[in-house]
Amino acid sequence: MEELGWGAMLLGLAKQFLPVWIALVVTFALSIRYKRRLGLYGKLFDSNIGMTGFAIVMFWVFSALFADLIVTHDTLSQISQMKNKAPGTPTPDGLGWYLLGGDHLGRDVFSRMVAGSRVVIQIAPLATLFAFMVGVTLGLPAGYYGGRLDTGLSFLANLILAFPVILLFYLLVTPEIVKTGLPQYIAIVLFLFPIVFLMVLINSRYYVKPNFRTKVLIAIAVIGGYLYLSLVGEVGSKVAVLPNAIDLIHMPGNILIVFVSVVFVNSPTVFRIVRGITLDIKTRDYVSAAQTRGERPWYIMLWEILPNARGPLIVDFCLRIGYTTILLGTLGFFGLGLSPESPDWGSTINAGRKLLTIAPHPAIVPALALMSLVLGLNLLADGLREESLKD
Amino acid sequence: MLRFLLRRLFTMALTALCLTFIVFFLTNLPPNLEKLAKSEAGSRISDAEVRSWLDKNGHGSPLLVRYGEWLGVMPGWTREENGVTRGRCIARGQDPATAPTFCGVLEGNWGFSSVFKDDVGTIIGTRLGLTGILMFWVMVLMVPAALLIGVLAGMREGSKLDRSLSTFSIASTATPEYVSGVILIAVFATSMGWKVFKGTATSAMDSITFENFFLPVLTIALYGIGYIARMTRASMTEVMTAQYIRTARLKGVSFGNVVMKHALRNALIAPFTVIMLQFPWLLNGVVIVETLFNYKGFGWTLVQAAGNNDIQLLLGCSVVAVVVVLTTQLISDVGYVFLNPRIRIS
Repeated sequence: MEELGWGAMLLGLAKQFLPVWIALVVTFALSIRYKRRLGLYGKLFDSNIGMTGFAIVMFWVFSALFADLIVTHDTLSQISQMKNKAPGTPTPDGLGWYLLGGDHLGRDVFSRMVAGSRVVIQIAPLATLFAFMVGVTLGLPAGYYGGRLDTGLSFLANLILAFPVILLFYLLVTPEIVKTGLPQYIAIVLFLFPIVFLMVLINSRYYVKPNFRTKVLIAIAVIGGYLYLSLVGEVGSKVAVLPNAIDLIHMPGNILIVFVSVVFVNSPTVFRIVRGITLDIKTRDYVSAAQTRGERPWYIMLWEILPNARGPLIVDFCLRIGYTTILLGTLGFFGLGLSPESPDWGSTINAGRKLLTIAPHPAIVPALALMSLVLGLNLLADGLREESLKD
Repeated sequence: MLRFLLRRLFTMALTALCLTFIVFFLTNLPPNLEKLAKSEAGSRISDAEVRSWLDKNGHGSPLLVRYGEWLGVMPGWTREENGVTRGRCIARGQDPATAPTFCGVLEGNWGFSSVFKDDVGTIIGTRLGLTGILMFWVMVLMVPAALLIGVLAGMREGSKLDRSLSTFSIASTATPEYVSGVILIAVFATSMGWKVFKGTATSAMDSITFENFFLPVLTIALYGIGYIARMTRASMTEVMTAQYIRTARLKGVSFGNVVMKHALRNALIAPFTVIMLQFPWLLNGVVIVETLFNYKGFGWTLVQAAGNNDIQLLLGCSVVAVVVVLTTQLISDVGYVFLNPRIRIS
């Protein structure tokens, strides 16, 4: 088989992404059809910027989802004749092409890029969500009560913020520190927040319906607690609570550490934002009204203040996923945390940059992928901001 | 104002103390010390030998004591062995009686780097100088470019110019240094693209030329430009809708004059804080870019220290990094007050 030209290569790429195109068309058709009934999400389809951003983001989400259908080769199998081969080179067995070329070990760049999207799409939004839970749970009372609590928490947040991110990563993710179990101890603290958040949320709302509330609380405690214990603990590491048989989530140790450090770095900023918004909103009339009604503080914070702070928080959530993606890339770039075999974009850029002068494509492809995803998230955030300001 | 400054300085000192303690704690965890002992005394020594080596070299005392010694508020350790007194503050061959009691960071003694075999203070001094040059050129490129883009975009909100400049700034904030660096090298420094610049900046440490220094500077600046430009744009659009701008326009002042003489000064207050707060970010970028372009400055040193378990050097680097971050925060706060008379400090 002969080498593919640029046109044939692009066509081949488009063909491989077929499941993604179908999913995108379906999503857009349905969303535009029912956009008037979908609230803020529907309004997104009124702005071109927002729509473009959403399309790019969903492209990568669907790529991650259908990665198994899209990849043309195994992400780890090496074909030695394909080392640093240019995009569009056919494989020696004559069955297919390396659409975007081969890397320094003769692996398919295209397949690794697609598989890498899975790593990012799995970690970044979830880590951001956790950071938001931590930031909201601490930021609301800090802004609402003020005083000593606020001073203490703000000092802690500023402490973490004053740390250069890379130094923090180097300190948290090196094998020596992982051996002491420190990241797992941080995980124990950080992962507690989502459960606390949900429990306080339900408790403050259904305080007057004790029967219902107790049932829900017990459900959260059991399910959340089980997930928590199986997430934090891992047999053979420092923190091993559950025996292997009932340990539901087997997170590879290094992914947990990467996850923890990203949450740890992000939560102080979220805390500051939530605190600032709370300070602003607590002077509003509806908060005074709730106070006069005799509502309890946590009800006011979670059911009066938080819903009214959703606009800036949703926008920041999108931006922060992008920032988290950049952080994950940074970790990979310095070879921290994730294994060098991992197809995630940061690690592949790091592996490819050393041979940039001989073969630039192994580094360029994941670099462009990462850039487009972050750009999509930024555009999406911009569109959301514009639309949420309109009403 | 003075009380505000004093309070800020006090918080700053407290933060620096806490942060250095955290770094000290993290770099002096038992596995790190074990690795240090093995790299200094031989990799095949037994656990008991590791312990005795650590004891002999002053790593055996409690953490707080060691932190105090390192900081220079506790007397350095001394140990007598075969009639020879060794100690933290006693240089090789020095008479113990003449050695100072305290020797820590506060006394200007930063320790000895195990990777570079040199005094940490000297290493950081030279490296910081190299990074300073890089930072200077980044600022020279970034600040005017970002302000220009922001002002041009913000003076007529919603115009075509605004749309395209805003898209550019969004794109540049979405491109982290390791992405733009890789792309720039591939396009401008390989035989496949145009070979205009050099892909490494190693030679820039001796003599800076446009050819070897422009790409690293541009890489760092690009990421910052977008952010500062967006802030400037936001603040500019806000100022342009103010009453006094309309009055000036109605009086018949030309648009250019309104922008230059009336709007610009008020619009630059917010970006000032942002530019100052960019320093910690730049530090991040510096580490990435220096690694990517192999420019042996401060960021490169930090990576080497962290990667090779060089405890003293890593501590020194973190002190510098933390002090830089805190100082810029202070300057930005104080400067904000000076620039904006509407803000009163209670």
